[in-house]
Amino acid sequence: MNRIFNLLKVAMKSIVKNRMRSLLTSLGIIIGVSAVIVMVAVGQGSQAKIAEQVASLGTNLIVVFPGISKSGGVSQGAGSFNRFTLNDAKKIKEQATLVKDVSPIVRSGGQVIGGGTNWSTTINGVSPEYFDLRNWELEYGEFFTDRDVEVCKKVAILGNTIADELFPGQDPTGETIRIRNTPFTVIGVLKEKGKNAMGNDQDDIIFAPSTTVLYRLKGRQFIDMINAGAISTDKMEAAQAEIRSILREAHKLDEGDDDDFTITNQTEITDMASSTSRTMTLLLGAVAGVSLIVGGIGIMNIMLVSVTERTREIGIRLSIGARASDILVQFLSEAVVLSLIGGIIGILLALLVSGILNNFTDLRTVIKPLIVFLAFAFSGSVGVFFGFYPARKAANLNPIDALRYE
Amino acid sequence: MENVENVIVTKKLTKVYQMGAVRVHALKGIDMTVRRGEFVAIMGASGSGKSTLMNMLGCLDQPTAGDYFLDGKNVNSLDRNEYAEIRNQKIGFVFQGFNLLARTTALENVELPLMYDRLGRIKEPHKAAKSALERVGLADRMDHLPNQLSGGQQQRVAVARALVTQPAILMADEPTGNLDSLNSIEIFGLFQTLNQEGITIVMVTHERDFADYAERIIEMRDGRIRRD
Repeated sequence: MNRIFNLLKVAMKSIVKNRMRSLLTSLGIIIGVSAVIVMVAVGQGSQAKIAEQVASLGTNLIVVFPGISKSGGVSQGAGSFNRFTLNDAKKIKEQATLVKDVSPIVRSGGQVIGGGTNWSTTINGVSPEYFDLRNWELEYGEFFTDRDVEVCKKVAILGNTIADELFPGQDPTGETIRIRNTPFTVIGVLKEKGKNAMGNDQDDIIFAPSTTVLYRLKGRQFIDMINAGAISTDKMEAAQAEIRSILREAHKLDEGDDDDFTITNQTEITDMASSTSRTMTLLLGAVAGVSLIVGGIGIMNIMLVSVTERTREIGIRLSIGARASDILVQFLSEAVVLSLIGGIIGILLALLVSGILNNFTDLRTVIKPLIVFLAFAFSGSVGVFFGFYPARKAANLNPIDALRYE
Repeated sequence: MENVENVIVTKKLTKVYQMGAVRVHALKGIDMTVRRGEFVAIMGASGSGKSTLMNMLGCLDQPTAGDYFLDGKNVNSLDRNEYAEIRNQKIGFVFQGFNLLARTTALENVELPLMYDRLGRIKEPHKAAKSALERVGLADRMDHLPNQLSGGQQQRVAVARALVTQPAILMADEPTGNLDSLNSIEIFGLFQTLNQEGITIVMVTHERDFADYAERIIEMRDGRIRRD
C-alpha cells in the first residue's frame, strides 16, 4: 500500500515538475470532456424544452388538415372536396362523442394599427373552445363567446407580444385597433407563452372569432384546419377514427376512396421533434467523444516522449531493485492522473460554458450527473488505455540497456 | 556451495554477445569465489570483460552459461522479479557515472531503494537513509540536489544509496572513473573504512594505484582470469 502511494507521489512530482507540458497534454482531455458534456447538455436541454411544450399544448390535441397525406404514391391533386368549411368543424362538434372541444382555424395576416403605432402579425380566427384546447390563459379582459362567433363580432384578443408593441405597459382592453383597415375592439390580452420548439414567438399573434376573420378579413369560406381535443389521452386513437368517419361522410367519400384530409396529433409531432433532437444529441456527443480520443492520443504521445527522455531514470530504478510492475505502475499512474486532472478541469469548464449558454443565449442546457460521471470515468479509461503502451515499453527495458542510454 | 562464508561463487560463468553476425565471447568461463568481509579489486584493460563480469555479479545482466551463487543462492534460474529483488536486497551497486536521479535531493535518492523494498526489512526508511548519509559523511548535504554537489560528494551519495538496504555485498564499477585523484582517494578511503567495518566489497578499477587499497586483486584479460 505504502509502495503504491509512493509510486503515485513520484508520478505527481513528475507532473508538477513539467507543469507546462502537463497542462498542454491534459488540454486534449479538457477540451474533449467539456465538449462531450456541453454538447449532450445542449441536446438534453432541447429535449426538455420540447417535453415542456408538449405539456403546454395539451397532449390530447388532434389536428386535422385538408389535403391528402398518402395515397399509394399517386397524388390525387386538389379535388373538388379538398377543403374544409366551418360546416366540417360543426359536424365534428355535433356528432363526435369522444371529442370535447373543437375549433376551426382560419389563418390570416397583415398590418395591425393601434396605440399610435403598427405591427405586422398573424391573425387566427378560432372558436372560444380553442383557448381551452391550447392552454391559453388571459392576462387582461375576457375571451369572446359563441354568440360573438355567430354574429361575426369584430373583437380581438391580443398575444402578449402584440399588446407590448402596441400598448406598452398598459391594459389595452376597450381600445380599438385596425386590422387591414377593419376596426376591432380589444377585449383581452393573453398570458405570455414564449418561443416554441422552432424558435418562433408564440405570442406574436391575434385571435378573433373564426367567422369574423373568414368573412370580414378574408372574404371566403374555406378554413385552414381544425383542432379538436379528445376526452382523454387513451381515447386519442378512437377519437381520431371517429373524426375520420364523420369527415368521410361529410365529404361523401365512397368505400374505396382515399381520405381527402390528414389527421395527426400533437404527440406524434412532438415525438418526431424529440427523436430528432435525441439523434442530434447522440451525434454531437459522438463527435465530442472523438475529440476525447484525440486527447488520449496526445497523452500517449507525450508519455512515449517521456519514457524515452527518462530511460536513464528507469535504468537507475531497475538497477536498485524496482520491478517491471513498479515502473509500469509509475508511468501508468502518471498518464491516468494527467487525464483525470484533464477530466476534472473539463467538467468545471463544461459547467461554466453551459451556465453561460443558459444565461446569455437562447440555448437551454441540462447537465445530468450521470453524464458528468461518465465523462470523468471515460477520461480515466482514456488514461489507462493510452498510458498502457508507453508504460509497458518503459517497464520492459533491460536495466543495462537503460543505464547505457544517452 | 552452501558455505555462507562465500558470498560469491561462480562456476564457468560465460557471456556471449551477439553483435549482428559476430559472436563476441566477453566472458570465457569465470571461476571465482569471494569470501565474506573481503575487499576485492578486479583489474584489466578495457575490453578484458571486467565490466561484463561486474554486471553479471550485480545481477544487472544474465550470463549465457555457468552458475552464479550469491549469498548461498543460485541466481541463474530466477525470473525478472526475483532478479529485481536480489538487486534490491542483496546488492549495493555503485556506478562510474553516479547514476543519481536529477532534481531529487540526496536524501530522496538514498531512500529510493527502500521504496521498492517489498520485504519491509528496513523499518524506518527515512531514518535509515539519514544514517546511511551520515555514514558517508554527508549529514550536512541531505537536502542538496545532485547538481549542487561535487563529483566526490555525488559518488558518496551513491554509496549511501547502495548501503541503505544493508546488502550482503557492495559492488562498484569504476567508482572513481569520473573523479579527480583527490576525490578518488576520498572514495577509496571510504571503501576501506566500510570494509574495516565488515562490508564485503568487489570493485572494478583500471588504476593500479588504487587497486592497492584492496586486499586482493583479480586481473582479467580476454574474458579470463589471468591472475588472482
